[in-house]
Amino acid sequence: MTGFDFSNYNRNAALHAKGVPLPKATSTGTTIVGCIYDNGVVIAADTRATSGPIVADKNCEKLHYIAPKIWCAGAGTAADTEFTTALISSNVELHSLSTGRPPRVITCMTMLKQHLFRYQGHIGAYLVVAGVDPTGVGLYTVHAHGSTDKLPYVTMGSGSLAAMSVFESTWKPNLDRDGAVALCAEAIKAGIFNDLGSGSNVDVCVIEKDKPSQLLRNYIKPNERGQKERNYRFPKGTTAYLNEKVITKEDMKKYVTIEEASGDSNLMEVDM
Amino acid sequence: MSSPFDINGGACIAMVGKDCVAIACDLRLGMQALTVSNNFPKIFNYGPSTFLGLTGLATDVSTVSDLFRYKVNMYRLREERNIAPQTLANLVSSSLYEKRFGPFFVSPVIAGINSTTGKPFICGFDSIGCIDFAKDFIVSGTASEQLFGTCEGLWEPDLSAEDLFETISQALLSAVDRDALSGWGAQVYIIEKDKVTKRLLKGRQD
Amino acid sequence: MTTLTGQPSSEAIGYSFSKATSAPIREHSFYPYTDNGGSTLGITGSDFAILAGDTRSVAGYNINSRYAPKVFKIGGDDETGEGAHILLSVVGFAADGQALKERLDAVVKMYKYQHGKPMSVMACAQRLSTIFYQKRFFPYYVHAILAGLDEDGKGALYSYDPVGSYEREQCRAAGSAASLIMPFLDNQVNFKNQYIPGSGEGHALEPKKPEPLPRNTVEQLVRDAFTSAVERHIEVGDGLQMMVITKGGIEEIYYPLKKD
Repeated sequence: MTGFDFSNYNRNAALHAKGVPLPKATSTGTTIVGCIYDNGVVIAADTRATSGPIVADKNCEKLHYIAPKIWCAGAGTAADTEFTTALISSNVELHSLSTGRPPRVITCMTMLKQHLFRYQGHIGAYLVVAGVDPTGVGLYTVHAHGSTDKLPYVTMGSGSLAAMSVFESTWKPNLDRDGAVALCAEAIKAGIFNDLGSGSNVDVCVIEKDKPSQLLRNYIKPNERGQKERNYRFPKGTTAYLNEKVITKEDMKKYVTIEEASGDSNLMEVDM
Repeated sequence: MSSPFDINGGACIAMVGKDCVAIACDLRLGMQALTVSNNFPKIFNYGPSTFLGLTGLATDVSTVSDLFRYKVNMYRLREERNIAPQTLANLVSSSLYEKRFGPFFVSPVIAGINSTTGKPFICGFDSIGCIDFAKDFIVSGTASEQLFGTCEGLWEPDLSAEDLFETISQALLSAVDRDALSGWGAQVYIIEKDKVTKRLLKGRQD
Repeated sequence: MTTLTGQPSSEAIGYSFSKATSAPIREHSFYPYTDNGGSTLGITGSDFAILAGDTRSVAGYNINSRYAPKVFKIGGDDETGEGAHILLSVVGFAADGQALKERLDAVVKMYKYQHGKPMSVMACAQRLSTIFYQKRFFPYYVHAILAGLDEDGKGALYSYDPVGSYEREQCRAAGSAASLIMPFLDNQVNFKNQYIPGSGEGHALEPKKPEPLPRNTVEQLVRDAFTSAVERHIEVGDGLQMMVITKGGIEEIYYPLKKD
């Protein structure tokens, strides 16, 4: 399916055997949650990506698109959650096209667990899969080794205990949409403030029956940096440099063809 | 034995300004504590305003920069146009993730201006291709902690090209002076819509 | 040792088909130290010294306390700290930091009782070094900074490693975010890498000379250094405790930081 390239494997294994530590990947700490309600499901996540004790990204996206009405929250190795969900999203789309039916959450969950199980936990993706399909509302957790759970409310990541404490103390059956969103946001906030691996903002995704999914990016921003006390602009000429070379577009035209920027953003949609 | 990321040393940084971006790197190449060269640039050019910075294991820096030269050349032949920084970002990401279980020991940084939209773009990666999109700055290399400190302290939004040059240079020079494995001079590229300025900075040689 | 041509060792691939011969010898161990994170920072001026530290105490990914001070008054009243003329900040293993502060506080008080005059900062700095070195092979696992005013009334700052090596400095950051804060201070306090614009070409350019900064500027720099560290280091946050020592005494300022 993915087709990994193992060409550096032996070199790195030889280095590892000599005591070289494995590379540090971004993000192990995270808080992600999910909660079903009477007419749909809500998932939420914090937005901090870490590399050891350092914050690598203050506002990353941990809610991934799978299908129009199936979304996924990811914890664990950031690259693995990104690529695993993209791969499954692609396969779910193809599957839906070949069957002519809207994709189901359980199908997506099964594809994820089979993929992750095949890699025996080496793909470090810990996911919360949620969505609405013709069979109803679905909410699952998938662990990196391939085990899954089906529950009315779930939490994952290093902030899972902080978040679960909110669910266990305040969750009640038959929540409505706003109640479920508020509960999930509160659970993420518990992770943000009490778990060092989680932080910054709250992202929420609401998937409701008979309605398009809503991604509420930065639904709550409780951690914005205030104004700095001093101005750190340097006077021009503060830095000493020994050599300068200016390459203008005019010069470059001798070697390559350059087309002028029109500034019309509609010409090309940039994936950002 | 030390991590492959810390054998050769080096630092790289990208910053966004108003209608401009900057990317800078140090020039050191070492073997542990011994400096071998003070002329090892870590920034590579892949289009009129698309730059890639690579820090980490020097052998992989060379290999990866050559690999992307090949891939970008193939892209240009196929598409008959220059690669956009966003496209290069996705190419770098998928190429690194392909080697998920035998990665290159590099931490790439991309800086450029999209020629279609005219908007500045920067991003960074871990060694297995997870993209870090940032609106402010990206750092990488053995001095990354120091760079996070200086950038977080000195950077502000909407800097002009001249101001951005001073800020990125001061952030880089101060950071590498507190890292034993980086320094020995530095290079800065200021990328504007119709002009790229490359400067060689005066830095400590110890 | 594995060579490039040989088989990758079982350790590298994480499993092995060879049968375990016997139960491995189990070694029990006890590690008496923990890292409680956080950061401290000290800057001196012409007639004052500032010591600051965040107030978060951590263990792994958990927060032990959002208000655990790292900066202490030395040689003053036990409750109020009144009469103190020396400041000590400790970061690293909080229990050792606490013990060290108690120890130094007792020493400074005994000095006053025995000699009838307060201990000078220089003497206290040397004494602290001996306290550290006495535990050379079971160290106080802390990075300490000592601050006060010297005989001329100038700000004095001494920084220590965990076994007593010390140095008088203009400014110093310590703790988990020291590597983030220190280069910022080099640039903004000692003006490192800054030159005077237009004073020459290339190598002839004149460097900007450092001079003691006014108190207000230093306080702003300390706050900006910490808010920056909070953004990028997960172990720094919750609150900033700042102590300013002048000839008029010690002033304590608390400033809230982000709690995520």
